[in-house]
Amino acid sequence: MSSLGPTFGRGAMTNSWTDIRNTDLVLVMGGNAAEAHPCGFKWVTEAKAERGAKLMVVDPRFTRSAAVADHYAPIRPGTDVAFLSGVVNYLLSNDKIHKEYVRHYTNAAYLVKEGYAFNEGFFSGYDESKATYDRSSWEYEIGADGYAVRDMTLEHPRSVFQLMKKHFAVYTPEMVSRVSGTPQDRFLKVCDWIASTANGERAMTIMYALGWTQHSHGAQNIRSAAMIQLLCGNIGVPGGGVNALRGHSNVQGITDVGTLTAAIPGYLNLPAENEPTLESHLGKRTFKPLQANQTSYWQNYRKFYVSFLKSFYGTKATPENNFGYDWLPKLDVAYDCLRMFDLINQGKTNVLICQGFNPLMAIADSNKSAAGLAKLKLLVSIDPIETDTARFWENHGEFNNVDPAKIQTEVFMLPVTSFAEESGSLTNSSRCISWKWQAADPYHDSRTDVVILADLFNRIRKAYETQGGKGAEPLLAVDWSYKNPAEPSADELLKELNGKALVDLKDAGGKVTRQAGSQLASFGEMRDDGSTDGAMWIYTGVYGPAGNLSQRRDNADPSGLGVYGNWGFSWPANRRIQYNRASADPEGKPWSERKKYMFWNGERWTGPDVPDYVPTIPPSQATGPFIMNPEGVSRLWVRGLMADGPFPVHYEPFESPVTNPVFPKLKGNPAARIFQRDRPSFGDAKEFPIVATTYRLVEHFHYWTKGVHMNAVVQPEFFVEMSEQLAAEKGIKHGGWVRVWSKRGSVKGKAVVTKRLKPLTIDGRTVHTVGLPLNFGFIGVARKANPINGLTPPVGDANSQTPEYKAFLVNVEPIVGPVA
Amino acid sequence: MFPAIPNPTTDKSNARFGEKDMIRRSASTITPPAKRQTEVAKLIDVSKCIGCKACQTACLEWNQLTEEVGVNVGVYDNPHDLTANSWTLMRYTEYENPESGNLEWLIRKDGCMHCEDPGCLKACPSPGAIVQYSNGIVDFVKENCIGCGYCIKGCPFNIPRISRADHKAYKCTLCSDRVAVGQGPACQKACPTQAIVFGTKDEMKAWAAKRIADLKSRGFAKAGLYDPPGVQGTHVMYVLHHADKPQLYAGLAENPRISPIVEAWKGVGKYAGLALIGLTAAAGVIHHLLQGPNRVTSEDEENAEKLAGGKS
Amino acid sequence: MSTHDDGSGAHMRVRRYSGSARINHWIVAISFVLLLLSGLSLFHPSLFWLAGLFGGGTTVRWLHPWIGVVLVVGFIGLFLRFFAQNLPERTDWVWLARIRHVLKGDDEYLPEVGKYNAGQKFVFWSQSILVIVLFVTGLGLWAPGLAYVEGLFGFKATIDQLRMAALIHAGAAVLAITIWIVHVYAAIWVRGTISAMTRGFVTGGWGWRHHRKWLRKEVGHDERSRVTPAE
Repeated sequence: MSSLGPTFGRGAMTNSWTDIRNTDLVLVMGGNAAEAHPCGFKWVTEAKAERGAKLMVVDPRFTRSAAVADHYAPIRPGTDVAFLSGVVNYLLSNDKIHKEYVRHYTNAAYLVKEGYAFNEGFFSGYDESKATYDRSSWEYEIGADGYAVRDMTLEHPRSVFQLMKKHFAVYTPEMVSRVSGTPQDRFLKVCDWIASTANGERAMTIMYALGWTQHSHGAQNIRSAAMIQLLCGNIGVPGGGVNALRGHSNVQGITDVGTLTAAIPGYLNLPAENEPTLESHLGKRTFKPLQANQTSYWQNYRKFYVSFLKSFYGTKATPENNFGYDWLPKLDVAYDCLRMFDLINQGKTNVLICQGFNPLMAIADSNKSAAGLAKLKLLVSIDPIETDTARFWENHGEFNNVDPAKIQTEVFMLPVTSFAEESGSLTNSSRCISWKWQAADPYHDSRTDVVILADLFNRIRKAYETQGGKGAEPLLAVDWSYKNPAEPSADELLKELNGKALVDLKDAGGKVTRQAGSQLASFGEMRDDGSTDGAMWIYTGVYGPAGNLSQRRDNADPSGLGVYGNWGFSWPANRRIQYNRASADPEGKPWSERKKYMFWNGERWTGPDVPDYVPTIPPSQATGPFIMNPEGVSRLWVRGLMADGPFPVHYEPFESPVTNPVFPKLKGNPAARIFQRDRPSFGDAKEFPIVATTYRLVEHFHYWTKGVHMNAVVQPEFFVEMSEQLAAEKGIKHGGWVRVWSKRGSVKGKAVVTKRLKPLTIDGRTVHTVGLPLNFGFIGVARKANPINGLTPPVGDANSQTPEYKAFLVNVEPIVGPVA
Repeated sequence: MFPAIPNPTTDKSNARFGEKDMIRRSASTITPPAKRQTEVAKLIDVSKCIGCKACQTACLEWNQLTEEVGVNVGVYDNPHDLTANSWTLMRYTEYENPESGNLEWLIRKDGCMHCEDPGCLKACPSPGAIVQYSNGIVDFVKENCIGCGYCIKGCPFNIPRISRADHKAYKCTLCSDRVAVGQGPACQKACPTQAIVFGTKDEMKAWAAKRIADLKSRGFAKAGLYDPPGVQGTHVMYVLHHADKPQLYAGLAENPRISPIVEAWKGVGKYAGLALIGLTAAAGVIHHLLQGPNRVTSEDEENAEKLAGGKS
Repeated sequence: MSTHDDGSGAHMRVRRYSGSARINHWIVAISFVLLLLSGLSLFHPSLFWLAGLFGGGTTVRWLHPWIGVVLVVGFIGLFLRFFAQNLPERTDWVWLARIRHVLKGDDEYLPEVGKYNAGQKFVFWSQSILVIVLFVTGLGLWAPGLAYVEGLFGFKATIDQLRMAALIHAGAAVLAITIWIVHVYAAIWVRGTISAMTRGFVTGGWGWRHHRKWLRKEVGHDERSRVTPAE
């Protein structure tokens, strides 16, 4: 999300699941859609069967997705940027790009100001002591008119296009093969197929998931992919897109609603410490257009923010008190999970509430997590299932070898209903909000999350009301005017996210356009004067005057393009393909009849979808299709929006078997999130010569289903996948026991010796990779196993802080199995 | 996309097929109905299968079966074989194609093929324990099963299994209970990629032809339909990329037919055996009629007594 | 006495089988009949009704193998008791060569035979072999037995082996039944025989007529115990 936003304007899957069936070429990389998203993967098999689409899979392992692919290319874990940059270089150096798209819909023509430099892997502005970049030299050259300077010929040496050509030239097929281990012919076939879509006639979709995000340079992996799609003109068109596949049925919803550590709902930011006033916060974010006639939708940030504050504090939010902005906490740093566990380990946090969270399993370096949990005074687990975290204090032999007598943490387990036992909405990867109705009674005395949290809130507030205390004011100011304060209903909550008019809203002519108390139909109605509320602007419209649109179940598809516009509600504004204005050329005509989607009919923008555009702006106005960006176009160059550079660079994983073959001076992502205290826990290739990667299995869902009998039946036990060559080298028997250990921990499992993993030649050396499924633990009915994250390193991505679960170093040996 | 099978009405409707539609009944002679129902079939498109095992769990759920939690033995196949509770099973084969140089991960859903000429039924000694309906479904009738395991020997695909709990034979029913109300089998319903589709046998053949054309366009020149003539065709069919080498798919039978040994045992053997027994018995009767009893005469007795006397 | 009617009970009696031999025989015989009935019920659909005698097919399925075990144990007893007297002799060939006379009941044209004639020896040896065959192949058809044997010897029988076992079991059973019919018929046809297995005695005349060498031996050896004079 932290790369799609800087590139396109919104951080979500660009297209929809059902749109994948319109594609001509699928690249599954940094994910294993067949394994982790089997139901969504059906649209890939559809495109193959019905359109003759081709499927390519690039993965360290020959995966379940690869089993149905037309082409498979192996890759060393953690080298996706090198691979994808190689594709970028191929497209640029062979002139296989969609020129007009690139010229008009990307910032290729923009000039970067003087002073930008790139040397031996480092961009200008690096501060080694702080391991951060000063990003000021990454900005555009601004002209006298206040707009960014462009060269539409793309010839200027400081144009983004020319900088790109220079930047990516090093990633030749030879270099890609040297770094990634991908045989050149297999790599070139991928390039060739991708190039076949750079024309507006054909489209490629890219499907990725945690295989790209869970790296110390995860956001840059996705950036590289986004750039390829822009060069080919595959964004905003049916069958195109960079599609982030979300793991849970509602992960998109979770992200939308603001569980990101530095965000409030709808991707608005929490105030930072250096933003003491509302104006100081809004001033930085109310982006003025960088070109004439651009939409720059974030100009409305103020309206969304104030509406959020009105929802949060109700009548207590007034212009006089900055709508309650002062009550919001001001962040000093981002409190992501790696940082929280670091703080817990330092003894700075003594209460942890895990709501639907199993950090002992989920967070890198489980031993550190376990040590931290033991330092807590209080651990609360709000979960429908018994988690390993909630039983961290219990001895499970070698799988959780702790001494309960030495652990003083008090643990509460609050059983909560599961998704099927309550009504509410889910938001899937396609950004489609779908209502679900309660299908079963709650199990025993379990309560819904909402009831538990409301109970907690009401009790704490009561305590402050009666006893007072530090910081009571914000808590007392919160608007909690639900019909039943003890049990806000899902219906009320979705209405609240949508927002309503607080007074009669009038247009310029004084005509009432929305009556006081009426739900808003669109976020376009939001105001910054406190006359509207709405806790999450992006969802506005889902519960407008027409009612709860997430309950729509109309599967009519008149266009035959899988739009399903009357099924649920897809944010924003029920758009199914984002940036869909880009499906037409600058004159408003479809790029091709084959890819016809949204177009200008002489009067307005029309087509099967809701235009991601002001529908009445004529093509002649040259308003760009990427309305969220002040440029109006997408960004091949992300300016200062990413912490680790305006262009991707091949960074080795923090634990790597080789020195960076492209930039030998680079040791991992120079801006990655790493705590000095954790540095000693990194191993080197001498002691740990084997690359390891973790992943999910289709038979299980994360750490939940190891407690479900049927899932345990079809995949009962932890295993380690390895090549026949590695097994032979180590004397490991097929199905025999092995130990895998890293600098941080050790696990035991059965060896699955397979042809689906092959040793790769990296920079002249043979490098082996082992695969470690992560679904097993010590609680449940599947056979017990050590948490796999006992092995993984505590280093996070520079932008998203996501830990590097996908590439690290281990060693392997055969062992005598545990006595059954 | 193959058109979805509509949900059944909630009205109580009569089952679409039943006893009157039996065309074969084990160890029994029946008169098949004059008019045969349209034959149904399940088509398993191996080239679309991602091996997710949704079919396996759907089968367990629909049929309310409880399988044991096993162990990993170095492969993805779990359980490791069909059991009395696991009526279907994904079998995984890693194949390095010498022609293309590509690795192929062949994943085949194993289970009852619902042969037109069912070997299980032929071998079954218990009247009515195995029946075949005119729509092609071969079903086991638990009440009539005696657990002898002859069906296992009769099956050319090694499918049925005897339960250790109740000593009855079990296998895929093609969800005859679901099909009876107009639904497809549970595995088909659960399959996310339409690697399993269900319909009339003709529809399935036509659908398979489309899939085979697609596979041929992708370089699988020998792609084809597996509907083995040796058992007069099956009501579970496969689309294979390598139809010329079914053995590649975890040992799918190359040219399955009821084993000649079983044919000998249950065919000519039965009659020859009974004939031999009957003839022998008849020979005895005739001999006795013609020859009369072989009696000891009084001379014999006297001679014996003399012999005894002479000695004493 | 001059009468040839056995029923008069006035003849010399010769002991042919001891009590334990007779019990052993009848155990085997009853087992055999039960096996025959239960086995035939599964052999052909028209005979499935026989399963009703045992309480249904399910009972047949588990009972038949256990009766088989009883028979095998019993048969081993019979074998040990009788195999010595069943060893082939030269006269057996003469006897066989004159089989036409045998069938006609013209015993006077036959050589003197010992305890068993060649026909009886044939029954003995062929059933001995068939019992082994039936037992081994039967194991292949008996799930718990097969599992036990597979575990014991660490192998896994293939389906084809089991099919072959089924075929051979059926074939061997047919032969065994056929031979059994011969055995039973011979006992009926040759009057005076059945008492050997019921009461343990035959008449002297029976011995003289059918097993003269044996009779000579019997009267020569231990007359007190084996030969009872006529009253």
